[in-house]
Amino acid sequence: MTNKLTALTMPKFGLAMTEGKLASWAFSPGDTVREGDEVADIETSKITSGYESPASGVLRKQIAQAGETLPVGALLGVVADADVPEAEVDAFITGFKADIAEESTEDAAPASTDPRLHTVGEYSLNVRDVGQGDGPPLLLIHGFGGDLSSWMLNQDALARHKRVIAFDLPGHGGSSKDVGDGSVSVLAEAAQALLQALDIPKAHVVGHSLGGAIALALLRDFPEAVVTLTLVAPAGLERGVNTDSLTDMVEVDRTRDMQKALQALVRDKSLVSRKMADNVLRLRRLDGAREALRTIAASCFVNGEQLLDLQPVLAKASVPVTLFWGEEDEILPVAGAKNAPDFVTKYLLPEVGHLPQLEKTVEFNKIVEAFLEKNSA
Amino acid sequence: MSKKSFRQAINEALRQEMRRDPTVVLMGEDVAGGQGGSSGVKDAWGGVLGVTKGLLTEFGEHRVLDTPISEASYIGAAAGAAATGLRPVAELMFVDFVGCCLDQIMNQAAKFRYMFGGKARTPLVIRAMYGAGFNAAAQHSQALYPLFTHIPGLKVVVPSSPYEAKGLLIEAIRDDDPVIFLENKVMYDDEEEVPDEAYTIPFGEARLTREGDDVTIVAIGRMVGMANEAADRLAKQGISCTVLDPRTTSPLDEQTILECVEDTGRLVVVDESSPRCNMACDISALVAEHAFGALKAPIRRVVPPHTPVPFSTPLEKLYMPNAEKIEAAVKSVMMQKTPEVA
Repeated sequence: MTNKLTALTMPKFGLAMTEGKLASWAFSPGDTVREGDEVADIETSKITSGYESPASGVLRKQIAQAGETLPVGALLGVVADADVPEAEVDAFITGFKADIAEESTEDAAPASTDPRLHTVGEYSLNVRDVGQGDGPPLLLIHGFGGDLSSWMLNQDALARHKRVIAFDLPGHGGSSKDVGDGSVSVLAEAAQALLQALDIPKAHVVGHSLGGAIALALLRDFPEAVVTLTLVAPAGLERGVNTDSLTDMVEVDRTRDMQKALQALVRDKSLVSRKMADNVLRLRRLDGAREALRTIAASCFVNGEQLLDLQPVLAKASVPVTLFWGEEDEILPVAGAKNAPDFVTKYLLPEVGHLPQLEKTVEFNKIVEAFLEKNSA
Repeated sequence: MSKKSFRQAINEALRQEMRRDPTVVLMGEDVAGGQGGSSGVKDAWGGVLGVTKGLLTEFGEHRVLDTPISEASYIGAAAGAAATGLRPVAELMFVDFVGCCLDQIMNQAAKFRYMFGGKARTPLVIRAMYGAGFNAAAQHSQALYPLFTHIPGLKVVVPSSPYEAKGLLIEAIRDDDPVIFLENKVMYDDEEEVPDEAYTIPFGEARLTREGDDVTIVAIGRMVGMANEAADRLAKQGISCTVLDPRTTSPLDEQTILECVEDTGRLVVVDESSPRCNMACDISALVAEHAFGALKAPIRRVVPPHTPVPFSTPLEKLYMPNAEKIEAAVKSVMMQKTPEVA
């Protein structure tokens, strides 16, 4: 019966998510849904995101009501073919509840997917290493002032057939705060040192914003380590940058101010919750965190200009490259995309700001997965 | 990052600041906690509840000072040491003992900056245990933060969890004004994730532990956990609450309190200090004065009766606010009922 009946369950958006709130249903019972349709909006303490239907069929039952907070894995609803009898749907629901109760006892063991500190040379790096599969692993490099939670809606989705590593850059998140001169070269060297420490000779690399520039520097300085590049609103391709926003993201020290600062990152401002701002502030308030970010900013972004020029590196790149950019990016203008050479596959996303991987999660994950698959043969 | 108790979080804050800054010193009755006499054991206790354990052995007798049982003398000495260049953290043990040294706090430390025309700074922290629920009877169970909040020139911190305690204590030690840091004695074994690194939490900014639409619950110190529990139960019954932890009663984040009440239109204040002139009165007055138009129901306070804290376990239980009482208060404001006159 599982061929015809599919459970919609509370998704786990990476990291520490243990429960989520069903913000709203996008379909009513009786509606036909297709696989990949966003059937509901799920709110976590960090972000709101669409939940994609894992199957096509008719939304037969909504078990969870809008506004309800439920543990990860809890049954939200059932999708089934129109001809499945009502009794079978009910039996499925009863059976499902029993399964969950059994699984949750197993979940009591500590999750092996929590980030861990790795000593890498002089750095202590906070690393989240998940998934396994053949071929080179995937390395995710977040942007300025971010941390590995920048990939909370991507890492697990991409890790279904692949080892995917996200880490906090030096000076960020839970990693140590020494960043040397704060240059992209130093940070690229740290990324390379991490790959070596994990015994990874070569990797697919995804870099967001400053992480995109770091990925390009990695290709420049350690060309043998990079299999493919995925650049997400990368720094280093254009001169302009919104340094006022970046300064706010480092310096403000009140929740409401940080919430406002973070809203510059996304088009839909309601994505940035107060909790999200609190979580960022927690990291800023660690001793040395703000100093590290100031050092990096002084080396990379000053008075509205980028001090990085990695366009020549991209022009000469001999690996496959994909580029994502939100057309409404308020931090690094989408105009930078035109400086990418023709061989780069470009995805310019309308109604998206500086965080395509979180603002258009489903689309982003699908494209990246297909790109990696195509280039691992 | 790992799970740490409230006790460990405070110990770690002290340890990290003492390592960072050699002018940070500890003083108080039993903060070293040696057995004394001829036993030869020096680091037996580390304070009556073990909060400063291990600091004597790491930093030595010049920086971890056991004082005579004379609050007036060592709190006065700490105020003077702060004014002349050290950053003392003095431990009053039970906050109830403030009666013996109120002049040193109220008329001296709190007034130095003002009386010396801004030329003196007093980076003094006074740590003390407060609160009922420990069977410690009337002279060891009071929650006296309203007393300190009343005195201009003092900053008053009442942390509500281990994470909060560490960040707020480091902020207190680095602050250049006298700070009263109050630890609920029932919370020392509470645990949560606390970063290993040093970090600060600024004074005067409230945190929201729950966000809701129907009722704002303002809760102080240990009451925050109870308010969360009540809010979670109420959420299952369709009532959504904001829980606001002011973190510091002085300075008080009036703006966030008013904003939350404007959003929800209803206010319940939970305060375990004696009900006359306490924080619940102060916050109720603030809202009545500045957000009266937003109120859809009378303000409700969840506070103990105006009596000494009873020693008897059943009576002490009856005396204390708890999640059930908070839940009932929230339901009563949702039904727009005015509180009964006692």
